Amino acid sequence: MSGPSTYEPKYAAAKWMDKRLPIIRMGVDFMGFPSPRNLNYWYAFGGILSLCLMSQILTGIILAMHYTPHVDMAFDSVQRIRRDVPFGWLLQSMHAVGASMFFLAVYIHMFRGLFYGSYKAPRELLWIIGCAIYLAMMATGFLGYTLPWGQMSFWGATVITGFFGAIPFVGESLQQWLLGGYSVGNPTLQRFFSLHYLLPFVIAALVALHVWAVHHVGQNNPIGIDVKTKEDTLPFHPFYTMKDGFAIAVFLMIFALFVFYLPDALGHADNYQRADPMKTPPHIVPEWYFLPFYAILRAVPDKLLGIILMFGAIVVLFVLPWLDTAKVRSMRFRPTTRRFFYIFLFMCFILGWCGGNSPDDLAFTFGHKNVMVDGHEVSEAIGMTFKTLSRIGTIYYFGFFLFLLPVLGWIEKTKKLPDSITKAIHDGEA
Amino acid sequence: MSDTHISDGEHEDPSRRDFIYISTAAAAAVGAGSLAWPLVSQMSAASDTRAAGSIEIDVSKIEEGQQLKVLWRGKPVFVRYRTQKEIDAADAVEIDGLRDPETDEARFRPAFDGKIHKNILVMVGVCTHFGCIPVGEAGDFDGWYCPCHGSHYDTSGRIRKGPAPKNMVIPEYTYISDTVIKVG
Repeated sequence: MSGPSTYEPKYAAAKWMDKRLPIIRMGVDFMGFPSPRNLNYWYAFGGILSLCLMSQILTGIILAMHYTPHVDMAFDSVQRIRRDVPFGWLLQSMHAVGASMFFLAVYIHMFRGLFYGSYKAPRELLWIIGCAIYLAMMATGFLGYTLPWGQMSFWGATVITGFFGAIPFVGESLQQWLLGGYSVGNPTLQRFFSLHYLLPFVIAALVALHVWAVHHVGQNNPIGIDVKTKEDTLPFHPFYTMKDGFAIAVFLMIFALFVFYLPDALGHADNYQRADPMKTPPHIVPEWYFLPFYAILRAVPDKLLGIILMFGAIVVLFVLPWLDTAKVRSMRFRPTTRRFFYIFLFMCFILGWCGGNSPDDLAFTFGHKNVMVDGHEVSEAIGMTFKTLSRIGTIYYFGFFLFLLPVLGWIEKTKKLPDSITKAIHDGEA
Repeated sequence: MSDTHISDGEHEDPSRRDFIYISTAAAAAVGAGSLAWPLVSQMSAASDTRAAGSIEIDVSKIEEGQQLKVLWRGKPVFVRYRTQKEIDAADAVEIDGLRDPETDEARFRPAFDGKIHKNILVMVGVCTHFGCIPVGEAGDFDGWYCPCHGSHYDTSGRIRKGPAPKNMVIPEYTYISDTVIKVG
């Protein structure tokens, strides 16, 4: 895709450099990367995500200078950062809100990839590396949420590490090995801090592979057909640096809105209470970006099966390139699949809604009936519980990947693809 | 490497090359294994953590219907002085229908006098689902109720309804006097 290098050093120093370490050549070739000329704003999230990663690493390194990973001091050290450290409130808020923004961007990036078929040949590995990045992000987000050592930190960590305890035979030993004790405690906090510091650099390495892969196979585009001639492309710089730059500016405005005006809106009030191993909060919920998976976990009454389904929901993403049997990439030309995709998107929100509520509470009320409680007649609402709703969502989630995508690929009559990206632009189809 | 000339008597000896391959591979395997062992093992519970694994509880101060919550190995232990009504309710349960079949009797250890006293229930107060702490005198069976994912336990701490797979755990404990229990 990149083709032979077209860089010609102009100055003596650049020529000297080019003979010894062609790093300028690498940068120039990188920025001149031929990109399809019809990319829309949904394609700006790669750039936005790079910025998110850099922001998290920068603010994180600074926070680590002020944070103390010890059960007796962690909570206070975070409060000290917010109250006493110069601009600590800003950096802590940027880091905490930044995690949410990172996930917001990655979800849009993933749904975009789903919609335009960016996981299809020859981009399977590109997609899989992306899934690995997402997995590493989830681990990093979970580990980081433990560090402030509030009630949600502690009990979230207890519930998540409890997943490993459900594995038959080795579960309990494995869980104790992960925790470094019989329960979540100081050894757990210290190793979580160490790993939380490590993982972002693993993500950075995976991002390098991800970018390498996209530069090798070329970007997909909204109409999903291959680039055929040079006319179909534009150099990445200045065309997409500008477009990405504008998108980043808009994204940063939303980011700033949360950082300055709603720093706690995406968190949970219970995390302002110090961790207490003797008292469980009445309602343990993860951060919003894990809610759909939490709903899948709670959709089944069996512990091990719940965990298998929850991890299965992520595993299925890794094998997606081989589940979707369609030859056509973009859903613009797949009218039936497109409708099911919108339902899928809707179901992800439904699952998120279920994850944030108690399984036995009613999601929808259909009416009331009178029941006898302790000799008194009481009116009780009847309707659909969140548990039932999350089951519907879970079935659709897996059904979409394991049944609809394989079958629709065979039977769907797709629309006619344009001859080329350039022609599509001239015909107003791109 | 640069000298490719082989004079008479210096024939290339395949067995010498095999020796280098096999010995290097063997050293690498043993080295990787012996390096991995301490790297993996350091994650386990440290000696001081394991040493802090037993406590003594005085049960004489608990009134009927009261529950003591004591921290043991970072988890709460419930010591409940059960009322007669609670004991009767636990006794009346059909064992066959339980998810984790266990008689109420089996959930007690002999007291200092060698008999089973079914009023003092000692139990790890951790839900067997994902480790939350259940709330006492709550749920459909007036035993314990876990607020996290809705598991209901009866007055013996046995799982009756909800996602938890097992009864709440009875820790290893012994009476070291009439009124003092040693857990762990």
